[in-house]
Amino acid sequence: MKRIGVFVCGCGINIAKTVDVKKVVEEIGHYPGVVYATDYQYMCSDPGQKMIQEAIEREHLDGIIVAACSPTLHEFTFRRASEAVGLNPYQCEIANIREQCSWVHQDKEIATAKAIKITKSIIEKERLNDSLSPISVFMTRRALVIGGGIAGIQAALDIADSGYEVILVEKEPSIGGHMAQLSETFPTLDCSQCILTPKMVEISHHPKIKLLAYSEVVNVGGYVGNFNVKILKKPRYVKEDLCNNCGECFKVCPVVVPNEFERGLGSRYAIYIPFPQAVPSICTIDADACLGLFPLACNKCKEVCEPNAVDYDMKPEIIEETVGAIVVATGYDLLPSEELKEYGNGRNPDIIDGLHFERLLSASGPTQGVIRRPSDGKVPKEVVFVQCAGSRDPEKHLPYCSKFCCMYTAKHALLYKHRVPDGQPYIFYIDVRTAGKGYEEFYHRVSEQEGVVYLRGKVSKIFQDGDGLMVWGVDTLTGKKVEITADMVVLATGAVPAEGSKKLFANLKLACDENGFLSEAHPKLRPVESLTPGFFLAGAAQGPRDIPETVAQAGGAASKVIGMFSQEMLLHDPIVAVVDENLCSGCKICISACPYDAREFDEEKNIVRVNELLCEGCGACVAACPSGATQQQNITDDQIREMVKVVLGE
Amino acid sequence: MFEPKIVCFLCKWCTYAGADLAGTSRLEYAPNGVNIRIMCSSRVDPEHILWAFDRGADGVFVGGCHPGDCHYQDGNYKTLRRIELFQRVLKQFGLENGRLRLEWVSAAEGRKFAQLMDEFTEQIRALGPIKLGSRKGGQDGGSTKKEETS
Repeated sequence: MKRIGVFVCGCGINIAKTVDVKKVVEEIGHYPGVVYATDYQYMCSDPGQKMIQEAIEREHLDGIIVAACSPTLHEFTFRRASEAVGLNPYQCEIANIREQCSWVHQDKEIATAKAIKITKSIIEKERLNDSLSPISVFMTRRALVIGGGIAGIQAALDIADSGYEVILVEKEPSIGGHMAQLSETFPTLDCSQCILTPKMVEISHHPKIKLLAYSEVVNVGGYVGNFNVKILKKPRYVKEDLCNNCGECFKVCPVVVPNEFERGLGSRYAIYIPFPQAVPSICTIDADACLGLFPLACNKCKEVCEPNAVDYDMKPEIIEETVGAIVVATGYDLLPSEELKEYGNGRNPDIIDGLHFERLLSASGPTQGVIRRPSDGKVPKEVVFVQCAGSRDPEKHLPYCSKFCCMYTAKHALLYKHRVPDGQPYIFYIDVRTAGKGYEEFYHRVSEQEGVVYLRGKVSKIFQDGDGLMVWGVDTLTGKKVEITADMVVLATGAVPAEGSKKLFANLKLACDENGFLSEAHPKLRPVESLTPGFFLAGAAQGPRDIPETVAQAGGAASKVIGMFSQEMLLHDPIVAVVDENLCSGCKICISACPYDAREFDEEKNIVRVNELLCEGCGACVAACPSGATQQQNITDDQIREMVKVVLGE
Repeated sequence: MFEPKIVCFLCKWCTYAGADLAGTSRLEYAPNGVNIRIMCSSRVDPEHILWAFDRGADGVFVGGCHPGDCHYQDGNYKTLRRIELFQRVLKQFGLENGRLRLEWVSAAEGRKFAQLMDEFTEQIRALGPIKLGSRKGGQDGGSTKKEETS
């Protein structure tokens, strides 16, 4: 039988006030297997820990129970102290007699009896504990970053600058994301592309970064430290190593289609680069628009391509890579205006969203920075900006606040006023949220000095009225109905997870919140990690956020990756499921119960095996196993049974 | 007064942490439940609940994370399915469904945990001791019952 020692902490008077620790020691001292029991005022203090260590050595203890505060607080402390004197840390258990006893019960007799019960139940658990050691895992020190917006770019650069290899995957032909579409950024009004493009270029030249643009992650297998990733490289129909972006092909291409980068306000050819500063700087043929692919009918670009880069027979390619950590930076999209019935269903060309307006403002945009409304090119003299279009509307649209719209709307109104000095911008708002450095000052500048009219209220309806748009709203500060005939309306639509992220997150088995954004491991203390080990979060994939916050978070995610890679080995908690081969009947029920694919069927032996590196130790399979063949290390059915017995006073 | 015996299986990440918060917030509640910490509510095998009733428990409480918040992705959904089904089995054993309770308590819901403990204790108290002929292998539990009721 194990020689067990019990150490009851008084925690000053936090425990001793309602639990008679002397009585606990006396009663526990007679409990089977307990060879030593004592109390002390503060077990977690240095003398307290020393006392425990001395007792372990002197009494030759095989296991100890510290009856004190919640294991969340000091389990680690006491396990480390035990390990230092040669006792396996998994032979040290905590009985929670403070948070779950002395602090919640007043009657000393009742609390003391309960503390004794709790301690006995933990003794029963400890009696059957095995000595375990953390499982060490070899890791591949290479990271995958999914998404090439500012979040992915920053994370990739930070990891690569520390000397680790990075694979950056972007689904679009160029990296840059939404930040590349912006004209100027709030509150400093510096040009978005001017600050972004140097980073994009750095990505393309970095010796440690492998950029896979126009590619998508299709499958991730394996586990933290050793992920096997399958990446689909979509065919560009242009050889990357040969294309020099000379632009001759654009001159001959007969097909003109709306340019997605310009949000459809500008056009491009079927062979194109999305914008002049694109990285990689390579042409792509849009297979849906091109005449030459299926069947070969045009061939014009191929004829003029001097380096002979055009290849109509290019096939999709699957690239397989091994990585140790994955940063998910898939970003956001704006809520499609089609979903906003009250604001014209996205059918009226002069009711546009914020990103459309960014392109109209951009010097490299379809109007070279002159603000013209899409329907007839007229410079709009009255523009209505609608904040919270589809946001903070739990009944009909998005329940949450998209955080950056207040600021970009203020910026839009200001830039509009600068470009069209005789124009009048109106902003409808519910609240103006300006929590950020310099944001409030910027808002005051816009609302007080720049002639922008802020109207507190919602817009109920927008419809075509002759040449203009009739905007019906209400000013809740005066209580009056407002009607404005506008030339153009800009909707500050809320942010939603980027297109395709739902499928990707399901594929990666990453937990999401009810709005489809990625969930963090802890909202306060582990904001850049996913609950699934080895996955880290950056940017708006986790929820709407602005550029500074995204960059900070991407740096945080990168430093977590770097921290992981700088360890010698990865350590995995050994509280995992194990299978008794003699009892397993091979029914496979456990396989479907495992959320981590940690269970594999062994055809030869007709049993199920556990990959202990994948197992996170939830125990769902143990409860599912009909034959008791599966047990969880140190939380076995036998242990639970003994604990239940003691709790019920046997 | 009848003092029910209650076994509580609490998941480590949410409900156990919620119970800790009740302590940190110094919320007093009924002392009848004793907590057993497990990694996830999905670790609770219906057999564990049967053992508890067999050994003299008057009520069993299972606490997990709110749907969507499970630390192990979807363990709490498995628990939900198992407990719902098991309630039917318990009924066939002649046990009232009110004796087994599944609740979602997050790490931030210390007050909810304290309230639930009071509420569940009262619920069991109202049901009274389990009225079965005899408990298999649970003479201790059975005799305790007699003493308490007499």
